[in-house]
Amino acid sequence: MSVPQGGTTAVAAPLPYVDPVRRAAARRRTVRDALIATASLAVFVGAVALWASRLPGWPAVQASFFDGEILRSSFLPTLQALVLNIKMFLVAELLILPLGLVVALCRRSRAPVLFPLRAVATVYTDVFRGTPTLLVVFLLGFGVPALDIPGLTPEPVVWGTVALVLSYGAYVGEVFRAGIASVHPSQGMAARSLGLSQWQTSRFVVLPQAVRRVVPPLLNDFVSLQKDTALVGVLGPIEALRQAQIISYDEANFTPYVAAAVLFIALTIPLARFTDWLQARQERRTSIAGAR
Amino acid sequence: MTGPLLEMTGVHKAFGPNAVLRGIDLQVAEHEVVVLIGASGSGKSTLLRCVNGLEAVDAGEVVLRTPGSTLTVSDARVDLDAVRRRVGIVFQQYNLFPHLSAVQNVALAPRRVLRRSRGQAERAARELLARFGLADRADAYPDQLSGGQQQRVAIVRALAMDPEIVLFDEITSALDPQLVGEVLDVVRELTTAGMTIVMATHEMGFARDVAHRVLFLDAGTVVEEGTPAQIFGAPTHPRTRQFLARVSTGTATRGGIDA
Ligand SMILES: Nc1ncnc2c1ncn2[C@@H]1O[C@H](COP(=O)(O)OP(=O)(O)O)[C@@H](O)[C@H]1O
Ligand SMILES: [Mg+2]
Repeated sequence: MSVPQGGTTAVAAPLPYVDPVRRAAARRRTVRDALIATASLAVFVGAVALWASRLPGWPAVQASFFDGEILRSSFLPTLQALVLNIKMFLVAELLILPLGLVVALCRRSRAPVLFPLRAVATVYTDVFRGTPTLLVVFLLGFGVPALDIPGLTPEPVVWGTVALVLSYGAYVGEVFRAGIASVHPSQGMAARSLGLSQWQTSRFVVLPQAVRRVVPPLLNDFVSLQKDTALVGVLGPIEALRQAQIISYDEANFTPYVAAAVLFIALTIPLARFTDWLQARQERRTSIAGAR
Repeated sequence: MTGPLLEMTGVHKAFGPNAVLRGIDLQVAEHEVVVLIGASGSGKSTLLRCVNGLEAVDAGEVVLRTPGSTLTVSDARVDLDAVRRRVGIVFQQYNLFPHLSAVQNVALAPRRVLRRSRGQAERAARELLARFGLADRADAYPDQLSGGQQQRVAIVRALAMDPEIVLFDEITSALDPQLVGEVLDVVRELTTAGMTIVMATHEMGFARDVAHRVLFLDAGTVVEEGTPAQIFGAPTHPRTRQFLARVSTGTATRGGIDA
């Protein structure tokens, strides 16, 4: 089928014309900026390293924290243990999202019959946001198995993960709530005016907009969750930090902790960069819309 | 169907101590085009919002007589969703859903409220958009549309529910002057098609053209009511004369009247 030009697909626009001399100058500037940035970074890192290495305590610190041999030997077992951290946060994230959303919706409900839900959601948020995550891990991880409830697994990893879900669910619930509140009331009014019910208005008009807006803060919470999986180690499961601790005791050296730190950083960086990218994209979009 | 399509009797509405509607009587027959004029704050928007139940009235009655049913909007037990399925409203600020394309904006309510299939709803939406010159913008998102296009999509969105009556609340007041025409043309087309319309506007020339009846509101009461020729040609009430004089001399431009 031959589609005439000027249909729904736009006619290819001519490339914007930029003076070749200016274009070359701009490219030179980009290269120069990159060189300056690299050199500046090298000088800065070198200066800090030089300063640290001249401190009187440096040789001792280097021996106990940066032992190359131990770093190499502890890396692989710690990496293997990190698989457990990854499993925990993947499962936790999948549970936290619906929990947070439900909590946010309950807290925003206005119908009198739903008051119990609202009250429960509010108390839940207050309690779990106010309690240190480590304490929640302790309470659930040691408390629930001790109850010996028939049919419930006493597995500490499970209860440690549940603790993370409950703790982070409270935060994520607040993130969703803020997102919902940021959608202008006129959107709800327009939807209700078309005959959509309260529920349909939330589902098809308010929530889609709210969720889009909260993706960056949500991912930020998830970056934080990734490293907090290490808290579950206090219950006994050999996750990365616990593994590092064991090697550290064996070797009487802190270097394995550095290995664990490097691994945790490597784990969070992709998500952190992705968050940055999303945020930048969102800012670009809103500034374009704002300029209209 | 006996009696007017829309009947408001003795409607009062206050926001706290601020009495905004003070005994409004209004009857709108099928196919009738009624225009509300009046200064900013006179209660035009509130009146319209009482018709589709966005605001609950404090006293008086609002009754909607449609072929299938009679709905008392002012009754606290009324099914407001049922009312709103039959009453379309278009706002000054368009209020399109920014996460949906034009066609999705239009198809949303037919799909979710009238339970049409997606294919059916979107096909109908495209046809309706095409009818109002928006065929090539059907897949655009609101932030890719001009103000005039957005407002036309908002009108189409209201029409997609096949309402018995459409309320227009100063739908051109947020537009750049050169975009006002394309939106008013849509309204004009609806009036010739016999749509029942209640419209609040500051476009006096347009009101004179299309209205069957003009109501001048002042401080929450209908001060004067009549044909466009009567209201614009020979207003009897001093307040009406004063208002029209201010509008025509330009001391009350669109921004000035409804800032
Ligand atoms: N939701 C509200 N809460 C409080 N006051 C309101 C509300 N809506 C309108 N008003 C007040 O009601 C009066 C009439 O407003 P409105 O109906 O918008 O008039 P108009 O549309 O003629 O400009 C104004 O004084 C306005 O401040
Ligand atoms: Mg108004």
